[in-house]
Formats: sequence, structure tokens, C-alpha cells
Amino acid sequence: MKEPVIVLDNVSKSFPVYHHITGGIKNFLFNLPKALNSMRNNRFEALKAISFKVHKGETLGIIGRNGSGKSTILGLIAGVLKPSGGTVIVQGRVAPLLELGAGFHTELTGRENIMLNGVLLGLTRAGVLRKINEIIEFSELGQFIDQPIRVYSSGMLARLGFSVVSSLDPEILLIDEILVVGDINFQKKCIDRMNGFKKRGVTTVFVSHSMADVERTCDRVMWIENHSVKMIGKPDEVIAQYSKATA
Amino acid sequence: MSNFEHYRDLIFVLTQKEIKVRYKNTVLGYLWSITNPLAFAFVFFIAFKIIMRIQMEDYALFLIAGLFPWQWFANSMNASPMVFLGNASLVKKVNFPRNIIPFTMVLQDMIHFVLSIPVIVLFMFIYHKSPALIWIYGIPLLLCIQFLMTYGLSLIVSSVNLFFRDLERVTSIFMMLLFYFTPIIYPETMIPDKYKHWVYLNPVSALMISWKNLFLNGSLEMSSLLLSLGYSLLALFAGYMVFGRLSRRFAEVL
Repeated sequence: MKEPVIVLDNVSKSFPVYHHITGGIKNFLFNLPKALNSMRNNRFEALKAISFKVHKGETLGIIGRNGSGKSTILGLIAGVLKPSGGTVIVQGRVAPLLELGAGFHTELTGRENIMLNGVLLGLTRAGVLRKINEIIEFSELGQFIDQPIRVYSSGMLARLGFSVVSSLDPEILLIDEILVVGDINFQKKCIDRMNGFKKRGVTTVFVSHSMADVERTCDRVMWIENHSVKMIGKPDEVIAQYSKATA
Repeated sequence: MSNFEHYRDLIFVLTQKEIKVRYKNTVLGYLWSITNPLAFAFVFFIAFKIIMRIQMEDYALFLIAGLFPWQWFANSMNASPMVFLGNASLVKKVNFPRNIIPFTMVLQDMIHFVLSIPVIVLFMFIYHKSPALIWIYGIPLLLCIQFLMTYGLSLIVSSVNLFFRDLERVTSIFMMLLFYFTPIIYPETMIPDKYKHWVYLNPVSALMISWKNLFLNGSLEMSSLLLSLGYSLLALFAGYMVFGRLSRRFAEVL
């Protein structure tokens, strides 16, 4: 077996319940004792003692109900969240696939947005310029590439986003429920590109509610229930159990 | 790939984005940058010169020289509460230096201000004055000081606003108070003696006075300069402290 590139060892993540303060200063001051007390004692446990490894070139699917902690795991791997306990080790360049239109500006053209998004995700300008033709070609946007993206359909936006990320040459790819958009042809192209990644040794962590996508692309599947790992193993076995539990 | 190179490119594309969007429709974009301070100047001119008859020469020029730099500061501060909130999906998912977002926001407002300096010059010609040689280093110097101060304060406001979401309202009220407590529409010499020392407790007073002296008299006073530099370094330090403390929690609260 190849060496693990993502290791989560006994990781837990909890954070204060922020709703007392995000309600605003006014709210906070009027309910001061309650708010302070709740901040000190009330913590939301997003993950409890999670351990797993992802090996180089592997595609791991994460399934589970809404709010079970799947996106928190991606946040920990991306490094935007710090664990409250345990250790997270990630080796390699991480590229997250953003939700539709994030990091894009609607008034700019597709071409200008490729530059913007590419640099936001970690490339240099020179790096984006080297790849821009390949990105445009993959996106199949044709004439639209020089139009402001406010005229794009959501399928076109998804194509643009995926084209940028997939050209990043990432070592670790994080995908949070995204492939559902775009037409069948483009979806197939995305799956092909992901398989191409796999061949090149790119590690992918894939959060999805679409069992078909998970079964088609993943080598292993992890089922998160109640903020901890319920089951981890072969896709068909885990999905069968999960489907039985949620049915 | 070096970190520095990536920082530089990030700042470049993010600033370029805003500038492009603003000036895509060139003439209109430019007009938007200067209409606001000009309209303010017009209102104050009517109120104080025509109606209240303030005893000052070249009052219109005086207003414009103060309102343009203030507009930069006010625009950046009023936009600060929303900069992280408005980029929630990026902050939540991409691990990049988040202070870049307020940095480029302040930088972009600075560029709009620099581009509006010719309007000040135009008004100077109308009042038979001309730019001074000292501008060559005076303007960049004041730009730097104001940039650091605005950036520092913006870091505080943008970070704290993620936790206290109504800070936006507090900021706009505070900015309005600050505007009238800063000698912009009145000269500091008109402040009664017993209140005079208070005005320097206001961190932007010395800076705004410096801008006006630079534009109107072609002079730079060392004491105002040092005082505003002191305030801006303080703001920068405080900004980094607050941002450093809170930035780890940004993705949790969004």
C-alpha cells in the first residue's frame, strides 16, 4: 500500500456556539450574562475522535446526513479549520473545488475570472497564463469566454469552475457536492478528468449525497453519523448499510 | 513557487479586478469616484459659505482638499464590515492569507483617490494656485501613512464584524461622528482654545490637516506628520493583533 498523504488521528473539533454574538452587539449586551455563560459552557461538537487515513492516489467518498460533520472534515484537510484535539497531517498541495461562482466576479469575463480564480487557488499569474488555453478548451465555453459571466447559466458557471480547479495540477482535491450541475456530457467529462487525476496519483476526498457518483468514483467510502465515523470500507458495502439505515 | 510571488499576484489580480469593474465603463466609473466628494463639497459650500457666511477665502478649494482624502478613508471603513462576510465561501474553503482581502480593498480605494487628485489640481487652477514641488514626496508619504492607518483599522472592523454582525451600523454612526470631529469642513484654527488639544486625540485629525496643508499651501509640518505616523503604526499593530487572534476562527463562525 502507498504512503498516506492525509492522516487524521483522533481528531475532534468543537467550537463555541456563536449565535449569541452573531446576533449583534445589541443582542449580546442585552443578554450579557446568558451570552457569556453560554459561550463558556456551550460548545458545539462538530467531530468526535475521528481517525482515518487517505493514501496517495486514492479517492475517498464521505457520506452522511446533513450536519453530521462532513464539511468540517474538508475544512480541516484544507487547513481553514484547526482541530480542537488530535492531529491532522496533510502532505501536498490542496485544491478545494468551490461552490458555484465563489471567487468569481459577475462583471468580469470568463477569461478574467479564470485568472482571478486560478490565483486565488494558489497559482501565480504566469502559471495561469501558461494554462489558460487548456482551461478554456476544457470548459467548452467557446465564444462565451469573453462575455461577462453574469450572462452564464449555472451549468456554464460550474464548467468554468471545474475547469480552473482541474487544471491546477493539485495533489489533493477536495470536492464538496458539486458535480450535480452541468449537462450529462460535461458530467461525464468531469468524471473522466477525475479518473485521469487518479491515474496521475492525485488524492481526492469527495463529499456527496449522490450514491451513484460515490459508487462510480470512490475507492473507499466513509460514513459519518453523529459527528463520528460510523463505518469505513468498500463503496458497495458502506452504501448498502447507509441506504438501509436511512431508508 | 515562492510565497512572496503568490502574495504579490494575489494582491495584483484582486486589485485589478475591482479597478476593472469600476472603470469598465470608463467615463462613468471615473465620475462615480469623484461625484460623491464633489456633491458633499457642494452641499457644505452652500450651507457654510453662502448661508452661514464663514469668513474664509477659497472655501470651495479648502473643502475639496479635505473631502477627497476623507472619502478614501470613509469608503474603506464603511466597506470593511462586509469584506470577509461578502467572501464567505472563499474564507470557508480556501486557505489563503485572508488579510489580503481588506488589504486590496484599501489599496483599491487609494487608487481611486490618486486618480481623483487631478480634480483637486483643476480646482487649484480655478483659484489661481498651482501644485508645489513638495508634492513629489509629500503625496506618497501621506498616502503611505493613510494606507497603513486605514488598513489597520479595516482589519479590526472586518474581523470583529464576523462575530458581531451589527458592527456595520456602529461603524457608519461612528464614521459620521468622526467626520464632524475632524477638521475637514472647518479649519483647526477655528476650534475654541479650550477644545483645541482634544482634536489630536482623534487619530485622523493630524492626517487630514496634513493633506490640506500639502494641497493648499505646499507645506508639510513635521509634528502632524509624526503624529499621524504614530497613529497609523498603532492602528496597524492593533489591526494585526485582532486579526491574528480572530482569523483562526473565521471559518468556524461563517
